[in-house]
Amino acid sequence: MKESYDILVVGIGGQGTILASNILGEACMIENRPVKGAETHGMAQRGGSVESHIRIDGRFGPLIAPGTADIIIAFDMLEAFRYSYYLRPGGKIITNRRLVVPTSVFMQGLPVPTDREILGRLSGYELCVIDAEGLAKEAGSLLTQNIVMMGAASQFIPLKTESLVQSVSRLVPPKTLEANLKAFELGRVAGSSC
Amino acid sequence: MERRYLLGNEAIAHACLESPVDFICGYPGTPSSEVVDILRMQPERNFYIEWSVNEKVALENALGAAWCGIRALCTMKHVGLNVAADPLMTSSYTGVTGGLVIMSADDPFAHSSQNEQDSRMYAKFAKVPCFDPGSIQEAHDMVRDAFLFSEDIGLPVLFRPTTRICHSKGDVTLGDLRVSGRTGQFNRDPAQYVVIPAHTRVLHKKLNGKQASIKERLVELGYNKAEVRGRDAVIASGIAVSYVSEIIPHSTSFAKIGAYPIDEAWLKEFVSRHERVLVIEELSPFVEEEVLQVAGTIPVFGKKSGNAPYEGELSPAAVGRIMKSAGFATNYDFPVANYPPDAPPRPPILCAGCMHRAAFYAIKKVFREGIFPSDIGCYTLGLQLGGVDTTICMGASITVASGIAHSGEKRDVVCTIGDSTFLHTGIQGLMNAVYSNAAITVVILDNRITAMTGHQPNPSTGITACGVPVPPVSLEAICRSCGVLYVETVDPYNLTLMVNALKEAKARPGVKVVIARHPCVISARRAGISRRPYDVDSEKCTACGTCVRFGCPAIEMGGEKAVITDGCSGCSLCAQICPSGAITPGVRK
Repeated sequence: MKESYDILVVGIGGQGTILASNILGEACMIENRPVKGAETHGMAQRGGSVESHIRIDGRFGPLIAPGTADIIIAFDMLEAFRYSYYLRPGGKIITNRRLVVPTSVFMQGLPVPTDREILGRLSGYELCVIDAEGLAKEAGSLLTQNIVMMGAASQFIPLKTESLVQSVSRLVPPKTLEANLKAFELGRVAGSSC
Repeated sequence: MERRYLLGNEAIAHACLESPVDFICGYPGTPSSEVVDILRMQPERNFYIEWSVNEKVALENALGAAWCGIRALCTMKHVGLNVAADPLMTSSYTGVTGGLVIMSADDPFAHSSQNEQDSRMYAKFAKVPCFDPGSIQEAHDMVRDAFLFSEDIGLPVLFRPTTRICHSKGDVTLGDLRVSGRTGQFNRDPAQYVVIPAHTRVLHKKLNGKQASIKERLVELGYNKAEVRGRDAVIASGIAVSYVSEIIPHSTSFAKIGAYPIDEAWLKEFVSRHERVLVIEELSPFVEEEVLQVAGTIPVFGKKSGNAPYEGELSPAAVGRIMKSAGFATNYDFPVANYPPDAPPRPPILCAGCMHRAAFYAIKKVFREGIFPSDIGCYTLGLQLGGVDTTICMGASITVASGIAHSGEKRDVVCTIGDSTFLHTGIQGLMNAVYSNAAITVVILDNRITAMTGHQPNPSTGITACGVPVPPVSLEAICRSCGVLYVETVDPYNLTLMVNALKEAKARPGVKVVIARHPCVISARRAGISRRPYDVDSEKCTACGTCVRFGCPAIEMGGEKAVITDGCSGCSLCAQICPSGAITPGVRK
């Protein structure tokens, strides 16, 4: 029996997956719970596909086994599809509705994946699709898309909303705090209708 | 005692401050770089810290400091230890008086490396102790203890975390920060520090004499520990300890190995109390070979029995499969789940506005039939642009190019090397190429920073690790002093100039150097430089695909026509190459 609640945050290098995983880890510290995680650094970060594992109440290794994640938070829909095999039966995918086509697809003339096609491939999962770009704009900064996603996911993650909000406040640059808190709230509202 | 959620490398850095360490150096390399980066960014520094030009230089610096009785840390990635192997092998003979910890971070699965070598072999080779942490907390505790242990036994200690320690995160209990107050003082002792044959023969014997007590002391330290719980035993080392812990039943015995050399008597006593033993470790069968030596007739499962892989990294699921295949019970069965085979890959890519892309474009244009040896850095991604034919190790672009040119190969040989890599181990190759009269063109991709590992400054940047301005090294002067007659510096953002410089190089004999200089687009953005982004005039766009093949992540095919996304950094290269003049500066955002 698995003891931890396992979250996989996926996206494209540069989208803020590491900040997102730090927010979850910090919230665990606030609640005085053990936590383990693993992330992508180095060359793989340069615009490549990236993954962060976070295991709330994790006492062992940092890696989540495929087929056992409780939730996947995807900052890009294609990445949601790529990592969907990590989800346990009955798990949930919270994904940004945006899909950035990999440059290599254009360079090599591969078939271009469309939103509709990828959505279709994800239809077997419990899915929550979030317009992170629109909500981030509404919050006042396009850079808050990762926080919108965390807000949406907060509806399902076994961490108190207060802990997550406090964690966001501790970790984002002070100048951006207001926009980030608004982004979190807008995401949270969007997540409630999933 | 404070508990914080930290990256493995942050926990390691914190342990250095608790120790406390007096002297820190290293050369950047994933997954080791953050340790020095975190320490050099400390608001208060009661220690000396530098980014050295390569690992050999770093280790010799650290050794000098440790000979003066102060505590020194030297960090690198596993392949960096090859460069530092020369001083390492004899540093165990001379020993140290101040604690010396050499951190060599291994990268199973080669997430960001050219190979999967196992640093534990080096510890055995050099006859120095090695610490191999199984968790972030253990990594933290080991670093703190490693300095003391190094001083106790008078030898350098190799600390070998792996990617899943360095770049994992977890809750870590930290100790208090301390100030050392130590000052280095060198005590002249030629018999110890001058390794002429007469001295070194004695030192080698002394080193061998220390080994038995090191093994015993490591058991006492508690990093090798075992629990007898049944007739089957699993022995694991490094991060595999964490993975095994998650699924091992309470009825199976479990030995955790965190330090080498392993005390054979202790190991034999544990193994002999079991009917079957399974060894789980990443990379080489290092522990497994020790176990085999003491197991006698007791069956040992692991890599040599075909149950565990010799390559790649382990994971909870992989450990589950190994245990199952060896007939060992687990208390959790991982499901079988597979990567969707038709998901289009998203490999890492050079940034929008990266100067390397411009340089590769020009090289390919001038040297259509050329051969392109390259090196280690972001620009290795020029592989996707057809601009990289070989990569082997740091500094090997110029040397491999010389070898190819002297082989009788008739085509032009044009190699690429970054500023930091050139200063690391490229200069000797250039000197040799000139001396041996090789006919090659060397393009130094000079973005003024060590970009791939996280933007560390180097001698071409003009600042130290702590941000103090220093005179930047002149790459031009170095090349000229090596005897290169044609040394031309150009900004690759100006394609015409870049192409002309390469054409000129092509027409000349011997070794030619083109220095393509432009700041890394990420450091430029951080410094507040912004350029007006570009737009495609869809009326003029003929959908010829030239800009798309250029491989910039800010250019997409939007239906029939090319479009430039908000990722555009305004480098203007696509506008320079568009055959129909459809790309022009857009509206400043």
